[in-house]
Amino acid sequence: MSLPPFQTLVDAHSVELHRFLVGCVGPDAAEDCLQETFIAALRAYPRLRHADNLRAWLYTIAHRKATDTVRTWSRRPSTVGLDGMSPAAEPRTAPLPLPEDGLWSAVRELPAKQRTAVVHRYVLDLDYAQIADRMGISPEAARQNVSAGLRRLRTEVDR
Amino acid sequence: MTDLERRLQRPATPDVDPAAVTARLAARADAAGLLDVAWATLDTPLGPIAVFVTPRGLVRVAYDRENFGQVAEEVAEQVSPRVLVAPRRTDPVRAQLDEYFGERRHRFDLQIDWTLVRGFNQDVLRATAEIPFGETASYGEMAAAAGSPRAARAAGNALAGNPIPIVVPCHRVIHADGGIGGYTGGLEHKRFLLRLEGIAPA
Repeated sequence: MSLPPFQTLVDAHSVELHRFLVGCVGPDAAEDCLQETFIAALRAYPRLRHADNLRAWLYTIAHRKATDTVRTWSRRPSTVGLDGMSPAAEPRTAPLPLPEDGLWSAVRELPAKQRTAVVHRYVLDLDYAQIADRMGISPEAARQNVSAGLRRLRTEVDR
Repeated sequence: MTDLERRLQRPATPDVDPAAVTARLAARADAAGLLDVAWATLDTPLGPIAVFVTPRGLVRVAYDRENFGQVAEEVAEQVSPRVLVAPRRTDPVRAQLDEYFGERRHRFDLQIDWTLVRGFNQDVLRATAEIPFGETASYGEMAAAAGSPRAARAAGNALAGNPIPIVVPCHRVIHADGGIGGYTGGLEHKRFLLRLEGIAPA
């Protein structure tokens, strides 16, 4: 077994990973999320036992980082200052309103697996087999996550 | 395809530039102690040269004809797969090579990481590193310096496998009878370097 130089992963996957993360967390947080993904990957890289599916491995990490990012946002709004009056310090990465409309904030609010599946399907234009490969699930589960995500988006956006 | 699906396909933002991603990542990786191998290229009279640096020192210098991507793979396998293009970490090496080719430097003042060479070969190359600018030595002399006076041929093999040409000046080793010997970078490169140092090669 031999792992390729980490640089080749950055060269090969930066653009698409970034598109994926823009879909998941929006354009403002995507670059930071991409860096977090690569740093986490770089840290673990020498311990990988095989180089079989490095892309799927990177997307697993990116999915996790995106999920973490969205989670910090959903915890935030309830926080208030110690005196109970002023708001607590601003979080490091506040989600800015997107020019697009409510659609992308609805995407962010999807359950993590549905969000990742929907972004893979539409933003990256992958088929269910490819999505399954990257998410480590079956193609049928990939299809179900996409359609469940779409259903939920439809109700959110049409409301 | 529904309207909703079409809206989901719309690219939301410009693509990132992998070079910019790398630059930011390399700085963070360096600060976090995760940049095991940094590499970058420089232009020289002998064409582009790649230099690979670890926290211990310069580990590899490659000529263009070796194929930098392939050399990076070899370094990933033998040193660490945490390899990134990180020009800043290689700046001291590239600056000294620039000075050498500009005839403003006779002696490299750089830490060497010998990870890629073992045993007798390393002894030969360490002895080679001591040959001063503008002087030459024979294969037999290098073998003797490594403790095996009769192993001139083995010394030749060690020099042929020198992972750090120019800085470890294997071009200064020639045949005892004055013949130029061999050079992984090509004999033209060896002649160029010897002439640069004021030696008229055979």
